Amino acid sequence: MAGEVMHDYHLVKPSHWPVVSAASTFFTALGAVGWMHDYPYAPYVFTLGFLSLLYCMASWWGDVIAEANGGDHTPIVQVGLRYGMILFIASEVMFFVAWFWAYFNAALFTPDVVGGVWPPTGIETFDPWHIPFINTLILLLSGTTVTWAHHAIIEGDREGLKKGLWLSVLLGATFTGFQAYEYAHAAFGFAGNIYGSTFYMATGFHGFHVIVGTIFLAVCLGRAYRGHFTPDQHFGLEAAAWYWHFVDVVWLFLFASIYWWGAG
Amino acid sequence: MADEAAIEVGQAAHHPTGWRRWLYSTNHKDIGTMYLVFAVISGLIGFAMSIAIRMEMMYPGVEVLPVLTGGDLDAAYHLFNVLITAHGLIMVFFLVMPALIGGFGNWFLPIMIGAPDMAFPRMNNVSFWLLPPAITLLVISTMVGGPSDALTGVGGGWTVYPPLSTSGQPGPAMDLAILALHLAGASSILGAVNFITTVFNMRAPGMTMHKMPLFVWSLLVTAFLLLLAIPVLAGAITMLLTDRNFGTTFFDPAGGGDPLLFQHLFWFFGHPEVYILILPGFGLISHIISTFSRKPIFGYLGMAYAMVAIGFIGFIVWAHHMYTVGMDVDVKAYFVAATMVIAVPTGIKIFSWIATMWGGSIEFKTPMLWAIGFIFVFTVGGVTGVLISNAGIDQSVHDTYYIVAHFHYTMSLGAVFAIFAGFYYWIGKMSGRQYPETLGKIHFWLSFIGVNMVFFPQHFLGLAGMPRRIVDYNEVFSYWNFWSSIGAYISTAGVLVFLLVLWKTFRSGEKCPDNPWGEGATTLEWTLPSPPPFHQFNELPKIK
Repeated sequence: MAGEVMHDYHLVKPSHWPVVSAASTFFTALGAVGWMHDYPYAPYVFTLGFLSLLYCMASWWGDVIAEANGGDHTPIVQVGLRYGMILFIASEVMFFVAWFWAYFNAALFTPDVVGGVWPPTGIETFDPWHIPFINTLILLLSGTTVTWAHHAIIEGDREGLKKGLWLSVLLGATFTGFQAYEYAHAAFGFAGNIYGSTFYMATGFHGFHVIVGTIFLAVCLGRAYRGHFTPDQHFGLEAAAWYWHFVDVVWLFLFASIYWWGAG
Repeated sequence: MADEAAIEVGQAAHHPTGWRRWLYSTNHKDIGTMYLVFAVISGLIGFAMSIAIRMEMMYPGVEVLPVLTGGDLDAAYHLFNVLITAHGLIMVFFLVMPALIGGFGNWFLPIMIGAPDMAFPRMNNVSFWLLPPAITLLVISTMVGGPSDALTGVGGGWTVYPPLSTSGQPGPAMDLAILALHLAGASSILGAVNFITTVFNMRAPGMTMHKMPLFVWSLLVTAFLLLLAIPVLAGAITMLLTDRNFGTTFFDPAGGGDPLLFQHLFWFFGHPEVYILILPGFGLISHIISTFSRKPIFGYLGMAYAMVAIGFIGFIVWAHHMYTVGMDVDVKAYFVAATMVIAVPTGIKIFSWIATMWGGSIEFKTPMLWAIGFIFVFTVGGVTGVLISNAGIDQSVHDTYYIVAHFHYTMSLGAVFAIFAGFYYWIGKMSGRQYPETLGKIHFWLSFIGVNMVFFPQHFLGLAGMPRRIVDYNEVFSYWNFWSSIGAYISTAGVLVFLLVLWKTFRSGEKCPDNPWGEGATTLEWTLPSPPPFHQFNELPKIK
């Protein structure tokens, strides 16, 4: 209608990804519930819904990247993206609050059924200064390598960007590997006891976030090879770094409270 | 940057037609309209459930619901539980939030701050489109087993406390309800990110935070509450899900878990949630009172920061929902004191609305009637709130109809009156056609008399000890239950008049001028045509 656009905001073109994503989420949820209750075909509904959701995410964010490279992300739009990422991370923090709440509720007000002590009687916890401490060092180190990558792109050093990201992704994958090893060798189970419940759900959701963060960094690495990012505009990389630091900080709290303070 | 031809192509691409306009939308007004249509539909469903509940409760004995279950009494008892559960969930997540935040918020927040759209238009659309799948999951839950294979649907109450929501309802219905809440929650979190970013990043030149309209302030506070409260609910219901299906024992004492943990997590979300429902109403009532008193709002900054204070305190009062669970008396004392403090900023709001009207040249158009009605019903609900914030008094009225009356005065009457006030205030702006004034007033008076007759007697029932969430009751409670149900039928007449208002407005409503309300209406939406262009503010307005 009215004339030429005289502002720098990004009026996004219509897109079918939101409605398709929402439909995929519906089938994922429906399939998941059906699967939990052994309905026939439910695992297929879940899998198709979930794959479709992943496809939507990749395509949607692919559109965002194309728009960024096409010049839609003016400085003010980039500021908006920053707000968006910070707020998203804030909501993630509150999600972890729930798991820490569950943990401290059990650890500080120990129920009689677990012997009135924490860790519960009969639970053999991990030595915090073994694999958990190595994992702490790995994540802290990966925080520095991702900062290396960030400073490299600011300096226009694309080789440094790639090296920093390669190291970060590999360190992230190593963390996940160690965590899987630890789970496989745990002396306590997931089901039937509050220690296993809080331990696995809290560290498990953290582990899931590590995997997501690693993928996020790997996407940035792929984009680096394709020549994306400039010294002035590389918000995708910064968002990945922020997310990675968030995952790192959550781990420090997990390490300090569950592995260390909560060890026998 | 782009040449003229490219701009034209771009503009055409921004104007999809037919179903694509809605399904693929990236336009805040179209998305707001979808939210409003969705809210009306789910609101009617939730309202029909409440009428079924009042029909059953009109007389002692269980005689209405068995008609629906073919005479099976067990099924009728369970159906009652399903109805109150679904009524609560639908009204909270699929009526009030979509109408006030998704609907009016999407429509008017960008316009009021002089922005061309929301910060993340595409994400805005997924916020909306997650809601139909969410309510569909809830609808499907009514068709599958709840407490047993034979009894279908979730009957655990909207608060889904374990163990009723775990071992008490082993069927898939509860899992579907949990995932419905997850989807609705994801929708809200994404919406909150969008609203906050839009307010912080897209205010027009000169639109400082302290010049922002109060509706924008109210949505900003609401969005922060959503952002920080919903993830805690997500954690809590995920624990429910794993307790139910994967053997964790978060809420199972046999495995060292604690059912009270759920109540703490739930109400850490749930108390901010009730402010999420009412704060946007606070914002738009301020506009309406000011518009129809032809005066600026009294104490603008106090009004804005009262909402900030309410939002903050809302996070530290949660356990006043749990006075009877056996908490330490010192803990109760804290929660009593903290809860009573909320009356201070809320009082600031009530008295500032009255002070705005004081000496104004008041015009009793339909939106103003709803706004004044809002002040009345919300004050009643607020005052009973102070009463039951006392742990000692709550010991006696906890889980009685007194609580039902209290939260319906704030929510069902307060928030819904705000929705109708907003509807009458803005429908001319949104549709380009004005509502019929006389019918609007009839709608108000029927509703006002009806809902007060429904809920005021419930105070008496609660004080007399009638427990909530139970399908049958002792005959001593029959008198006021009868009048409560009569009130429900009167408010049904109100809803029918509302449907007539909708029909008349769209069919034969008068064309609405840019500003139908005169000099009292000062916010930016009244500077635009009715309805506004597809993209407003291609050239940003300058705020003096």
